[in-house]
Amino acid sequence: MAIRINGAEIAVPDDARVSLLGLLREQLHLTGTKVGCNQGACGACTVLIDGERVLSCLTLAVQADERSVTTIEGLSGAGSHKLQDAFIEHDGLQCGYCTPGQICAADAMLREIAAGVPSYITADLAAPARLTREEVRERMSGNLCRCGAHNGIVDAILQVAAERTA
Amino acid sequence: MNPLSYHRALSTADALSRAGDGAARLLGGGTNLVDLMRKGVERPSALVDVTALPGTIEATAEGGLLIGAAARNSAVAAHPLVRSQYPMLARAILAGASAQIRNMATVGGNLMQRTRCLYFQDAAASRCNKRIPGSGCEAEGGFNRYHAIIGTSPSCIATHPSDMCVALAALDARIHVAGAAGMRTIPLVDFHLLPGDRPDIETLLAPGDIILAVEIPPSPVARNSAYRKVRDRASYAFALVSVAAGLSVREGSVEDVRIAFGGIAPKPWRAFRAEAALRGGPATREAFEAAVIEELAGATPPPEAAFKVELARRTLVAVLTELSGSDR
Amino acid sequence: MSRMQNVVIETVKTALGWVPAQWLPGGTPDPLIERRVALGRQDSRLDGPAKVTGLARFAAEVPMERLCYGALLHSTVTRGRIARLDTAAAEAAPGVVLVMTHRNMPRIGTLALIGVSDLSAVGNSSLPILQNDEVRYNGQVVAAVLAETQEQADHAASLIEIDYAVEAAKTRFDDAKAAARTPASILIERNHVLVGNAAQEVDRAAHRVDNLYRTPGHNHNAIELHAVTVAWQGETLLVHDATQMIAPSANALAKLFGLKKQQVRVLSPYVGGGFGGKGLWDHQVVAVAAAKLVGRPVRLMLSRESVYRMIGGRSPSEQRVAIGADADGRFNAIIHTGYSVMPPYGACPEQYTMCSRALYNAKSFEIVQHHVDLDIVPNTYMRAPGEAIGTFAIECAVDELAHQMGIDPIELRRRNEPERHPLSGTAFSQRALTTAYAEGAQHFGWERRLAEPGARRDGEWRIGMGCASGSFPYARMPGAHVRLTLRRDGTVNLSCSAQEMGMGTSTVQVQHAADRLGLPVEAISFDMGDSALPAGSMAGGSSQTVSLAAAIMAATEKLTGELLRLAGNDSPLAGLRARDVQLVDAGIGDVADTARHESYRSILTRAAREEVSVIAAGSPPLEMLKFAMHSSSAVFCELRVSEVTGEIRIDRLLGSFDCGTILNPKTAASQFKGGMIMGIGLALTEETLFDARNGRIMNATLADYHIPVHLDVPEIDVIWTGIPDPRSPLGARGIGEIGITGVAAAIANAVFNATGKRIRDLPITLDKLL
Repeated sequence: MAIRINGAEIAVPDDARVSLLGLLREQLHLTGTKVGCNQGACGACTVLIDGERVLSCLTLAVQADERSVTTIEGLSGAGSHKLQDAFIEHDGLQCGYCTPGQICAADAMLREIAAGVPSYITADLAAPARLTREEVRERMSGNLCRCGAHNGIVDAILQVAAERTA
Repeated sequence: MNPLSYHRALSTADALSRAGDGAARLLGGGTNLVDLMRKGVERPSALVDVTALPGTIEATAEGGLLIGAAARNSAVAAHPLVRSQYPMLARAILAGASAQIRNMATVGGNLMQRTRCLYFQDAAASRCNKRIPGSGCEAEGGFNRYHAIIGTSPSCIATHPSDMCVALAALDARIHVAGAAGMRTIPLVDFHLLPGDRPDIETLLAPGDIILAVEIPPSPVARNSAYRKVRDRASYAFALVSVAAGLSVREGSVEDVRIAFGGIAPKPWRAFRAEAALRGGPATREAFEAAVIEELAGATPPPEAAFKVELARRTLVAVLTELSGSDR
Repeated sequence: MSRMQNVVIETVKTALGWVPAQWLPGGTPDPLIERRVALGRQDSRLDGPAKVTGLARFAAEVPMERLCYGALLHSTVTRGRIARLDTAAAEAAPGVVLVMTHRNMPRIGTLALIGVSDLSAVGNSSLPILQNDEVRYNGQVVAAVLAETQEQADHAASLIEIDYAVEAAKTRFDDAKAAARTPASILIERNHVLVGNAAQEVDRAAHRVDNLYRTPGHNHNAIELHAVTVAWQGETLLVHDATQMIAPSANALAKLFGLKKQQVRVLSPYVGGGFGGKGLWDHQVVAVAAAKLVGRPVRLMLSRESVYRMIGGRSPSEQRVAIGADADGRFNAIIHTGYSVMPPYGACPEQYTMCSRALYNAKSFEIVQHHVDLDIVPNTYMRAPGEAIGTFAIECAVDELAHQMGIDPIELRRRNEPERHPLSGTAFSQRALTTAYAEGAQHFGWERRLAEPGARRDGEWRIGMGCASGSFPYARMPGAHVRLTLRRDGTVNLSCSAQEMGMGTSTVQVQHAADRLGLPVEAISFDMGDSALPAGSMAGGSSQTVSLAAAIMAATEKLTGELLRLAGNDSPLAGLRARDVQLVDAGIGDVADTARHESYRSILTRAAREEVSVIAAGSPPLEMLKFAMHSSSAVFCELRVSEVTGEIRIDRLLGSFDCGTILNPKTAASQFKGGMIMGIGLALTEETLFDARNGRIMNATLADYHIPVHLDVPEIDVIWTGIPDPRSPLGARGIGEIGITGVAAAIANAVFNATGKRIRDLPITLDKLL
């Protein structure tokens, strides 16, 4: 019984009520993953499980058993992630609290678009989705920001996406 | 949240043996159940995780689709066959919640979503017949803008919140269920119940039943289909009104049509009357108007939701008009 | 505020009126207005790396040994008494350390309400906190649980049984209007303003509008939940808080718990969004008391529901605006009156009429606000309190008048642009709203607007444009202190208990100090977020930047004197006095003779000093009384309204700001946009659903209270005049709140232009447009 978190094997907590978010923050002190609502309504707790973005607040830690979790701390790795640099450059943050969730979500979202997955606003569902500003806005809508850094966040994501395809 | 046990079922038999415990709840992605447990609306003492049961998406022999109950919503929406054969389903799923939640939520769990009624969610202070039968309904006379206009009862006016189920209702989906008495299949349109005087009983599932899969029959009309969701913000919000519709037109006449509404009823609302009125008739705006008026003739909206009658009418007419233009 | 305060303030204003401007602080424009190197540059925020990597530690993230976790229980009734209280099951639940109710909560006094007279008064509610069995509003904290884990605490809290003896409660706004209070003052302004006979003037005006505008309650909804991590260390108290009021909170907690100021240390280096909501509320007090009882550190992070229940938001309002105009469109009367909620135990008067005092000339005025008393969680300051919703009313009214008269709304505003403050006659320190309109209109392409509503279409969408003015008063807080330490190696440390909640506090003050001291930004560090540092002012009223700047100016003057003294007679600077020199090129130079210069390093080395350290406070903010000082803006919106569904999509939003010098274009643009986006929510989606039947907030979640999501937010254009304010430090005025003002009106006016429908009650939801 273990969860792989940022590469480390972590024992599953005894109390089944403990959310993945609670495990990360209170037991592992990985506090980069934030709690904004604890009810799946804000996206601040977004982490990657097996590379896919999910909400750690609604994930019981025990559900992540035998799976691989990446948090903002793991995304950074040794150096900084291109999205992190771009968020700073485009001022895609103010208070910084929703930021780790936005970055984790964006990281997974770019893979989703690369895989051609459509969104609600994709005109032609049968064709591979294209990356546009509006697509990014729709796909990032699960991550609330109250300071209003939306423009900078989208700019940062578009810049990283452009660099990847260049 | 109560102290509770957790078990990950590795087989249907394993799940069935544990699901019979009345205090247990089946756990899919947890996107609804875990929230309701934190709110004290759901108080299970045992969770049986069914996400390790089959979640594959495969074509059936007769040309339909069989979707395992553990399939993630995002996987269904991204599936090539869903996108090409059942666009209304792909778009309905993509209209729901956020990408993160769609990655977590299972198809089986989505069928079991519970209402967003503010008074249902407020276990600490509000009376609700769905939570405690006979306790009363505070949505009546309260905030009921998100509430149902049709199919309600004096005991409950709450809506079913799912987007996916609206498309499944229009697509004549069938639900494969395993229970103590063996396997059975339930048409999705029958699966969810109207509230009557027992709004706490929301589906035909008996205690201990497990949803195994959703089967969608082949549906030529679904290839020309759409899902339109009207809501208070542009994304990440529940529907005020949504419409799933498929339409095929031949020489100006409606050859076949499927229509279901979300956001207006206690269950995904298949518009059988409107379909019957349209089938074989002219594919005109006037006919669409007449059909939807007939469908909603019995609407009894609560005050704040009165606008939904008009909104549902306009949205359906717009969707059908657009579909009639694209079906050549 | 009392009548006495009105008298005092008006007397001071009158006296100041006789003092020549150059005698006052700010009378001689800040030389840095002309001499900017780092200031005005697009520097990225200094705390960006810590925030994007998740390493920035917020209040609930401080690790502690033996920590226990708190959970709160809220009243489910509005008025009454606790008739039965059974905590046995909770106390017996696994992991429970303490169940605290009014029975065992230590006896303490009440908080002093936020006020301008006493800047250490920071309470949002003067009600007793767990001191008796009385319930005053639905959601009031009635019990707290501490347990070994959060899960245990939450569960135990659900086991507490309470029966209430319910009493009649005031929950209906319309019913309570009859008993509304009319205070003498709103903040430091006289409440009831009568100039001429406005009612009569409106009646006989050639053109007039007279309508009611309604705005609902709002919640701040900072994404970070309110949280504290509290530890008693012997007789001292350590509070890691998420607060906009570090030094005042420390003072208030000391007073409440009978401690000396030095015994309380509040730390808050990062705040995950505040917007006025992150002040001192019941939870900090409960956590401190509970930690004292159990002798262990306590972490108390509110649930999102708790935030709605116990942290007040913006009051609802009902405003009447009437404008009378002559045949040329010149206003002969402005009437702005109304009602908002302010229970007697609350602090915020929701000053929605302030904007109407400064925006337009008129021959006559009638302005007055009435406070409705309801039994609710006390409302408080929320981003541009008053102005955000007041500009909705007046700026819609102006648009309505313009439409009625067939005049372009910008032209109508231009004709009524005041040269001096319309009520006091005081000179504006600087005001270029007309320029902001002209530049904004050009950037936006306002000339493409069709005056006739509903004239532009694109498929099912009707397209409309609207504009409106925004306004926010300048404020500089007295009493902000900084410590400035210059080291021999030429580096400087600034420290102050200032707050960072996304404004870029340290970033811009480092830029400022670099220019002030003639150093590169790399040489400057800025410590803040700690009440142990010299006391800063609170972050509120868009005042922190200039308040800190004034303190840094004062510290620099003090440092200059100290350095000249140290330089002595062996220095090339010998004989020069402070007024003869400037700080440049990492040292001091003669203004008149650039060859006379000595580096800081040289001065300190010769004086055998490792460092020189000074503490100074900013000068009293008398410029606020001498001049009429306002940030102002012209907001432009283009949007689509679906003819089918009534859905609104904002396609373009432009803010053209006149806010003095812009110190850091990158972080400033973010602040402007952030305010404007909150304005989108104000206009279209946000509403706290208060069920008047039982006094309960029903949408206490981020799923049911809709703040804008990415798809709601278009690319926003922000431009500014950049004209320095000659009366303020750095030539700057506040930019944190102006962004939200005017936006709701610009959107409502664009909706009218698109559809011909005038919506006067917010939010403009689609059902109102069907």
